[in-house]
This record gives sequence, C-alpha cells and structure tokens, in this order.
Amino acid sequence: MAQIFHPSMNTVARVSIFGAVFIAAAVVSLLLLVVRSPYVTEVGVVREQPVPFSHKHHVGDVGLDCRYCHTSVENSSFAGIPPTKTCMNCHSQLFTKSAMLQPVRDSLRTGEPLKWTRVHDLPDFVYFDHSIHIHKGIACVKCHGEVNEMPLMWREHTLHMQWCLACHRRPELFVGDRNDVFAATSDSTIDPRLASDLVAEYQIESKTSCSTCHR
Amino acid sequence: MSDAQDKPAATEAGHSKFLTGDYTFGTVTDKISAVVLSGQTPRSWYVGFAIAFSLVMLLLWAITWLFVKGVGIWGINIPVSWGFAIVNFVWWIGIGHAGTLISAILLLLRQQWRTSINRFAEAMTLFAVACAGLFPLLHLGRPEYFYYLIPYPATTGVWPQFRSPLMWDFFAVSIYATVSLLFWYVGLIPDMATLRDKAKGKFAQITYGILSMGWRGSARHWLRYQRAYLILAGLAAPLVVSVHSIVSFDFSVTIVPGWHSTIFPPYFVAGAIYSGFAMVLTIAIPLRAVYRLHDLVTDRHLDNMAKVLLASGLVVAYGYLMEIFMAWYSGSQFEQYMILNRLFGPYGWCYWLLIACNVVIPQLLWFRAVRRSVPWLFMLALMINLGMWLERFVIVVVSLHRDFVPSSWGMYVPSFWDWATLFGSMGLFAALLFLFIRMLPMISIFEMRELLEESQGESQ
Repeated sequence: MAQIFHPSMNTVARVSIFGAVFIAAAVVSLLLLVVRSPYVTEVGVVREQPVPFSHKHHVGDVGLDCRYCHTSVENSSFAGIPPTKTCMNCHSQLFTKSAMLQPVRDSLRTGEPLKWTRVHDLPDFVYFDHSIHIHKGIACVKCHGEVNEMPLMWREHTLHMQWCLACHRRPELFVGDRNDVFAATSDSTIDPRLASDLVAEYQIESKTSCSTCHR
Repeated sequence: MSDAQDKPAATEAGHSKFLTGDYTFGTVTDKISAVVLSGQTPRSWYVGFAIAFSLVMLLLWAITWLFVKGVGIWGINIPVSWGFAIVNFVWWIGIGHAGTLISAILLLLRQQWRTSINRFAEAMTLFAVACAGLFPLLHLGRPEYFYYLIPYPATTGVWPQFRSPLMWDFFAVSIYATVSLLFWYVGLIPDMATLRDKAKGKFAQITYGILSMGWRGSARHWLRYQRAYLILAGLAAPLVVSVHSIVSFDFSVTIVPGWHSTIFPPYFVAGAIYSGFAMVLTIAIPLRAVYRLHDLVTDRHLDNMAKVLLASGLVVAYGYLMEIFMAWYSGSQFEQYMILNRLFGPYGWCYWLLIACNVVIPQLLWFRAVRRSVPWLFMLALMINLGMWLERFVIVVVSLHRDFVPSSWGMYVPSFWDWATLFGSMGLFAALLFLFIRMLPMISIFEMRELLEESQGESQ
C-alpha cells in the first residue's frame, strides 16, 4: 500500500504540535499588548483639533494658570472648556490677522462654539470629579502630564482602570502639597514621610470599592 | 459489578457475556468501522439529523433574538432571576457526568462492560458539556464579556472574585470540558489509525491520518498509550465528584431556603450520575437497534446500566427525603415553608411529577424482567431525564419564587424563547451526536479487540 504521508510529515507534525503552544501563547500575548499599545490607549497620540492650540506656548511661555481657561476645575466634576470669549480676551489684540486663528474669530462672529476633540475622555460608566482630586492635593500634572511641554495636546497616561487604582490603592505615592496642585511641573519628588502626613492631614481615604467610580 | 461470579460462566460459554456472537479481530473491526466507512447511511440517520438540525436553527434563532433584545425576552424577573438558563445548565452538566464515570472510574475499577459504551458515552459527555456551557454565557446578558471570568492580567487592575462559587464553577466546567475532550481524543487515536488504514478515499485517509497523529501500533506506542490513558483516567476520576459538587455550591453557598443545604454536593453528584446514565440508555437503545449492535451492546450492558440507575436513584431519593426531614428538624420557619410551598404551592405538581419520575416509577428496576426489557428501559430512561430536569426546575425556580419576604413573592412563567432555547439545545446535542456517529467509530474498536482477546484467552 502506498504511503499516505511523505516522511517529512513527521517533522511537520512535531513542529505543529509544539508550535501550537507557542502560537496560542503568542496570540494571547499579542492581544494583551495591543490593548496596552498607544493604538488603543492613545497615549502620546496627537488628536486632530479645529485650532492647533499649544499648551506649551500658553502655559510654558506665557505662564497662564490652568484655571484661567479651565475655570470650574476646583468646584465641579468637569474642569471646563473655555468659551471663545476667553480666547478673545487676548486674541482680540494679539495675532488678529493670523490664519491659524480664523476658526476662533469665526466662532465669535457666528456664536458657534469651537468643537474641540476631547483628549481625556473617560468612559460614561465612570464617575470622575476633578474638584475632589484637586482639593486632596493631586496635582494636575499627575494625570495630565507636563502640558507646558506639549505643543499639541496628547494623553500622558492610559486612563486604564489599573492606572486609576494605582493611586487609589496607594495615594501617598501621588499626593502633593495642596498649594502646588496647579504647578506646571512635577519635578518636586515629595518625601515619603511627608506624603503620609499629607494623606492623614487631607483625610484621604483610599476608596477602591466598585461604587466609588461605577455609580 | 459481580465480575467474580460472571467469570466462570463466561469461560464456559467461551465468550464474555459482554460480547456475544462469533467474532474475530477482523470482523469486529469491520462491523464498527463499516458505520463510518461504508457510506451506507441508514435513512433514519437522515431523518434524525434533519430534525436535530432544524432544532439547531431554532436555537440559533433564539440566541440571535436574545443578543438583539437581551435576557428580557425570557420569563425571568425578580424574584426569579435564575430561570431556564440555569435549570438547563445544571441538567446538561449532570448528563455529562456519565461519560467520565464510565470511562475513568469504571476503567480504573477494571469493569469490562464499559468497553462497548465508553466511546459514545464520552462523546455524549462532551456534547452535553458544550450545551451546558452555552447557558451561563447566554444568561450573562452581556455575553461578549464572558472572558472577565478568566483570571488574566487585565488593564482593570482587578481579578475575578475568587471567593464566588460562580468563579469556581467556571474553572470546574472548563477543566471538565478540557479533560473530557483529551480523554475522548486519546481514546480515539488507535481507532483513527484503523480508519486511516481501512479508508478507501484519499480525503478520508488524510483526515484520519492527521487525527491519528502517526499511530503505527508499535509496542512502544501501546506502552506509552496505556500509560497516558491511565494517567488521564486518574485525573478525570476526581472530576466526576468535584464538578457537580461545585455546581451545587452555586446554590448551597447562598442563604435562599431550599438552596442553603449541606447535602447538596453528594445529592447533586448522585443526581448527575442518575441523569447521565439515563441519557446513555436513551442513546444506546436506538443506536443499537438502528445499527444492529446487539452483539456489542448486549442486554447485559443495559442490565448493568439499569442497576447503576437504580443505585444512584436511591441516593437521589435519600436526598429528597433528607431535604424534607431537615426542613422539619431545623425548626426554621422559612425552611419549613419552603418545603410546604414545594409540595403544595403553585408549582406543587412539578414536585409530585418529579417524585413520580425519579423515585416511584424507577423502582420497577428492581425487577429483572424490566431491566431486560428494552422498551421498558427506554421509557424509564426518558422519564428519568424528564424527572431530573424537573428536579432542577424545582430547586431553581420554586426556591426563588417565594423566599423570606412575602411582599417580594412572584411567579415565573417561561416564555416561548425559554422553550426554544431548551429544545434548541437538545437539537444541538442530537445533531452533534449524529455527526459523531457518522464520522467517528462510536464503539472503541481496539478495546473490543482487547475484550475479544481476553475472553478467548479465558476459554483456552
């Protein structure tokens, strides 16, 4: 009787049996890597905006405070996106002929707000409040990165739940002086003992129950 | 069971009673492999497969509609939030127990009579577990997130709740499915090689060739094979007990009257074996008639299975009795009301029907004439299948519909989609079995040859 399989199939069979394990491991690893890649998390990815607004220029060079534009960050869950009029406080005088700012002037004329693309957009099933974090001494830079170095806005962190939990589980690693929360840089590494004192002083209770964020 | 007594009789007859008729290695091989290779599929196969396949379509329809609309299409609501899906899950997983019991435990106990029924009992186990696995996923409501049950390094930074019996359940069922599949496949390898060698068509030769993984039947192959098979049997044996124990924890770890009971694990395991053997009989009897396998699946086999049914049925009956006794003995108002409601409440008829199907009528199996009568056995097997389904219905639905607070009492009425999913899953089970019968040897060829060798060896 003729052979059904060529002798080389022995090798193919062995390789495929061992290979199957590695292929399965590779597929799983790939999936785990993809969800952590900037392709999914948008970390470091610059989003298209109607106007190429530079935080580096406005915060780093000009020295505006965060609250000049994000007015409600201390009192509200939402930090607030400035209306066109806030832009025009300066830009009615500065760069009035700039083509780059044409959409801003159009917005003022028509009353149609600028449609910014939101960079830090949490899922709707997450409850997040800016004000409580600000008041408990979590600086803007801890989540948003050094925006004074960002010519265009990008996401500094993944916004993964484990990233939230890293701080909620050990707030002493991230807490800072309340008075410095709006400082643009985070070069001041805080003394661990002082951090523990701050956690006590600000009465930071490590909230990790599901309903803290998923209400 | 009573091997020591049977052996002299078998020696006198020249053959073990578990293999009647005049067979040689060649003819027993031909007889079993002809079902797959001859291409002469009986008309009843086509009819049966057509019915099963249309039920699969019904299942797909029901599942699609479920995915579109959500679990609200079922009859479930508060207080009965576990409806048919959980009833069917427990029922199917219970049916799946017979395969491993027959293949692993009876193998380790060297019960020869398992040989001619183990293959299709294992296949039945796999398909029943597949049907069972479907229901928790459908019940999730958001089935696309089923993988949350798997402990993997997620970006959420949290792990599944290891203290939840539902989590244990996930492990128990997935391990059971994996081990059953491996056991079944390893058992098939030498037979795949037989089919590869006997097949005429190129396609069949290559397919069975790949599946037989280069089996040549050398002494070394057999040595390794026997070791692997025994190790797998050793691994599978504890699963017979553990899987349904863990399924019972889904209930007994809660505080619902009628669920919160320490007797649940053994009582569930006995129930699983009971329903599993009933299903093996339900399948074995028509198979043997259609393919004329009376020599291989003998009346002795049916008789033995009937004895297992009787024994496990008595354990189940003890469970029913203890539930009633413990309710009285506990002195707990809620436990006592639970039993009264179970017996005489709005679903009381389910309980009495279940007692009739599972306890009263199966007592006929004490009579040898009934155990030897194929129509009676078939009727009883069907009845036990129904009874065991009702038992799960009574446990799940009747316990939930009236718990502690009378203001939250309610009724459960299954919807069309509940029934469609139940009958659809039966269709899926049957369709898979039909395909299995047509494409793989339904009785282990090499083990039948071994049985022949052993019985002839005894006669010399």
